[in-house]
Amino acid sequence: MKINQISLFLENKPGHLNAICRTLASNNINIVTLSLADTQQFGIVRLIVEEWKRAQEVLEKAGHVVNVREVVAATVSDKPGGMAELLDTISKAGVNIEYMYAFTFRHGAEAVLIFRFDDPDRAINALRAAGRNVLDFITLFSN
Amino acid sequence: MFYQDCAHDIDTPVHPVSAPDYMPIGQLRALQLHRLQGVVRRIYDNVPLTRKRMDERGVKPEHIQTLADIALLPFSVKSDLRDEYPHGLFASPMNEIVRFHCSSGTTGKPIVIGNTRNDIILWQQTCMRALAMCGVRSSDVMQVTYGYGLFTGGLGLHYGGEGIGCAVLPISGGNTERQLMMMRDMGVTVIACTPSYFLHLVDEGHKRGINFRTDTKLKHGIFGAEPWSEEMRTKIQDATGITAHDIYGLTEICGPGVANDCQYHNGLHIFEDHFYPEIIDPETLEPQPDGIAGELVFTTLTRTGTPMLRYRTRDISRLNTKACECGRTIRTFERVSARSDDMLIIRGVNVFPSQIESGLLQVDKVLPHYMINITREGDLDKLEIQVEVTRETFGDDIRSLEILRSEIAHSVQRIINISASIRLVEPNTLPRSEGKIQRVRDMR
Repeated sequence: MKINQISLFLENKPGHLNAICRTLASNNINIVTLSLADTQQFGIVRLIVEEWKRAQEVLEKAGHVVNVREVVAATVSDKPGGMAELLDTISKAGVNIEYMYAFTFRHGAEAVLIFRFDDPDRAINALRAAGRNVLDFITLFSN
Repeated sequence: MFYQDCAHDIDTPVHPVSAPDYMPIGQLRALQLHRLQGVVRRIYDNVPLTRKRMDERGVKPEHIQTLADIALLPFSVKSDLRDEYPHGLFASPMNEIVRFHCSSGTTGKPIVIGNTRNDIILWQQTCMRALAMCGVRSSDVMQVTYGYGLFTGGLGLHYGGEGIGCAVLPISGGNTERQLMMMRDMGVTVIACTPSYFLHLVDEGHKRGINFRTDTKLKHGIFGAEPWSEEMRTKIQDATGITAHDIYGLTEICGPGVANDCQYHNGLHIFEDHFYPEIIDPETLEPQPDGIAGELVFTTLTRTGTPMLRYRTRDISRLNTKACECGRTIRTFERVSARSDDMLIIRGVNVFPSQIESGLLQVDKVLPHYMINITREGDLDKLEIQVEVTRETFGDDIRSLEILRSEIAHSVQRIINISASIRLVEPNTLPRSEGKIQRVRDMR
């Protein structure tokens, strides 16, 4: 039920993000969603792609440091309070969010959020028990 | 060939070529004095610059009656070789010179050393003794990744290896892909190269899924030509399972094979029947007793092409007073962790690049790919250390990278006592070197 996300170390310099995108483009790999976390000196780019294994290979071959992490994709109603409701469930379950970002496309009428939890299994169970939609890889890409 | 009488089919714990390493002390000192008197006479008779300096001090060759009398003699320094370029310090006529070597100096004219046939033979023997000390035997396959040519590294280790009877692979530097392929295909057991290039090979190997422990037969690394640290030895040994040896030498004295560390790693044994060591105070130039740190000085006792009297190496070390467990009588000096030429003065504090390396490598999983940048902002020196992020140190969130940065900063500051800013950079972005690596950029 968890989604594999790949993350890369990135120096804050012109052209560095582009180099990553070019590598993926030339291997015909589509970035479904992307998030950037940064400090003044460096950043981390996190990517969701369908062929994550191949993406990891081509990026490592191009000399990048690649990390694969399991994240959880959950849907929220695309209306005021939708996010707050979901976060209630998470905090009640006592799970910590290390980081999160929003997906670029909707899943039906709902928005998709990507979470990195300290305890993803517990988070998934809590979300499920609260009737939340947790997407697996196939559903995520069957949009 | 000239080494046919060497027992290169013998795989014994003590190799026959190592016999002089165990000479009784009294005999060794007598031999050194005899040879010192000979080389002083040769230089006085053939090298005008040194004769002039000796005359100015009122010193004649016959004044050398004991080894301590070496202190009467003038020093020689690298600039003498530049000033007398190309042949001014040669003590043999050109018809006796069979090979030149040059230093890998980065600026200006190189320094040129002439070797007679005898010099080449003796150099091969000290290289053989160095390899034998590392446990290299005739059954070994040795990949010589030092450059071949004017640089002494390649040819020095090459002839040493052939003398021992190894199967030598004279691949020279460069072409990492081919180095890794040949290493596996040829069943290489010994590699001779700079420690930084070896780490590069390990990195590149790991990227291609090569596990040095299981996919290669490598047992020994003969590393030299640049200063490296004890922490680097640990990293190399832990990453690959090989034994990492430190070989020391300099072109002016012959090349590699001046000194080498044995399996106990208590410092480097000097082949002092050929290279007489002294430690001097670099300020007062006074000789220091064994055990005291100072500048390492060598007199070549047996060389005839370009012999050197009291050559100042700029390397900081000390002669150890404790006998080594291996039983060798030749003395050891402490691993050279600093060259006085490399010393940086940052905010008034003396800092050696090797100290920074020690600090970096004390942090778990940090690999020694780094660059030291020094700049000046206003009146303040700024020290920045670039460190490559690796798969092992990259933790997917900002916090873990910030923790890594502060761990490195603290570890370095603990050793050098001044603060450094740590910049994490992408892997494979800092320069790699196939020869001597340049890790300091002083932009002040």
